[in-house]
Amino acid sequence: MRLPDVLRHSWVLAAKDLRVEFRSRTAILSAVVFVILAFVVFNFGRDPTAVPNVALAPSILWVTFTLAAILALNRAFHLELENHALDGLLLAPIDRSSIYLGKLIANLVFVATFELIGVPLLMLFFNVRLLPYLAPLVLLIALATIGFVAVGTLFSAMTVRTRFAELLLPVLLLPFMILPLSWGVQATVRLLAGRPLSEIAGWLNMLAVYDIVFVGLALLLFPATVSE
Amino acid sequence: MLRAEGLRHSFGSVRALDDVSFTVNPGQTLAVFGPNGAGKTTLLKVLAGLIQPQRGRAYVDGGRRAIGWIGHQPQLYGQLTVNENLRFWGLLYDAQPGPDLLARLGLEEHANRQVRTLSRGLVQRVAIARALVHDPRVLLLDEPFTGLDRIAAEALSRLLGQHAAAGRATVLVTHNVEEGTELATDVAFMRNGRFVHCAPRSGRGAQQVGEEYRHAIA
Repeated sequence: MRLPDVLRHSWVLAAKDLRVEFRSRTAILSAVVFVILAFVVFNFGRDPTAVPNVALAPSILWVTFTLAAILALNRAFHLELENHALDGLLLAPIDRSSIYLGKLIANLVFVATFELIGVPLLMLFFNVRLLPYLAPLVLLIALATIGFVAVGTLFSAMTVRTRFAELLLPVLLLPFMILPLSWGVQATVRLLAGRPLSEIAGWLNMLAVYDIVFVGLALLLFPATVSE
Repeated sequence: MLRAEGLRHSFGSVRALDDVSFTVNPGQTLAVFGPNGAGKTTLLKVLAGLIQPQRGRAYVDGGRRAIGWIGHQPQLYGQLTVNENLRFWGLLYDAQPGPDLLARLGLEEHANRQVRTLSRGLVQRVAIARALVHDPRVLLLDEPFTGLDRIAAEALSRLLGQHAAAGRATVLVTHNVEEGTELATDVAFMRNGRFVHCAPRSGRGAQQVGEEYRHAIA
C-alpha cells in the first residue's frame, strides 16, 4: 500500500473517531473533569511554605496529564467493539498500520485538548509563570505526549478484547511512561526555574528519539495485535 | 471467483475447520447449513481473511476489496448518522455510496438519523447497505436474516437475487434451513468443522433440504 493511501485512510479513521468523540464527549469530558479535579485536590493538599510552587508544579502537571491520558486511551478501541466495527476495519482493503495511525492521531487530539485546558489551569491554581517559557514547554509536552500516546494506543488495541482492559492498560503502560515522564518532569523543572534552553535540549532529543522508536515499533507490531 | 482448499483451523483442542474445500463460481450462491458451533462463522472469517487458517488456503478473486460482509453485528457507529456511516465505509473502499442504495433498502427518510436512534430492523438494513457500499463481487453472509423485519428480509432476498443475477458470488451460512434454501444454487451441510454434504440444490425445496440436513447432522 502506498504512503499517501495509508495517510489518507489514517485521516479518514481519525476524523471518524473525532466526530464520534466530540458528539458523545465520553472520553474527553471525563479526562477534562479529571484534570480539573486533580489540580483542585493538589492545590488544597500542598503546603506552599514547605515546597515552593515552582518546584511542585512540574510533577503535578505530568502526573495529571499521564493519568488523564490513560482515561482517554482506555476508550480508544472500545468504540470499535460496540458493533464489531473492528472486524469491518480489518476486512477493509486498507493497510492495518493506517488503523493504528488513525487512532494515534485521534488520541493525540484528545490528549492535546485537555492539555490545552490543563496548562492555563496550572498557572491559575499554582500561580506559576509559564508564559515566558510557553514555546519550549509546548514542544516538551508535545514530544512527551506523542511518546506515551504511541505506546498507549498500541496497548489499548492489545487489551481491548480482554476482560480486564481498564486494569491491564495502566499496568502495561505505566512502566513505559516512566522514561518520558521523568524526562518531561526534569526538563519542566529547569524551564520553570529559568535555566537556559540548552539545559533541556538533551531531554528534548531523547524524547524525540523515544517517539521515533516507539511509533516505529508500534506500526510494526500493530497488525499482529489485532489479528485473530 | 472464490476457492477454499483444504482449510483446517483449531481453537485450542476444538477443531473449527477440518479439511474444507469448495469453489463458488460467478452467479453461484452457496448456502452452508450447520448447527451452532459447527464452524460456519470461522469458515466465513477465513474466507474474508480475518483468520489465517492453520492449513489450506482461501482465495477470493479481487482480494479484500471484492468482499462484502453481513454478519451478526452491524459494524456501524451508533453516534454517526446513516449517511456518515456509509460515507466513512465508502472512503475506506475508495467508493461512493450509490444514489439508489438507500432507496433500495427503504432508508431514504432515515439517512440523517444517528444509527443509535434506529430500531434493530433498520440498523440491520443499514448494515446491508454498508456491505454493499462498494458493490462487492463476493458477498459473505453470516446468519443475515437474524433480527430482520419482514420488509428488510424481503429487501435482502431481492438484493441477493440481483447480486447473483449480476454474476456475483455469495456464501451464506445459517443454522436455519428455511431462510437460505430458496436463494441457494448450492447447499452444504457442516458438522464439527467438516462439510458432510456439498452439492447443487437441483430444484430441492426447503422441506426436502431440511430433511436431508437433519439426517446428515444427526
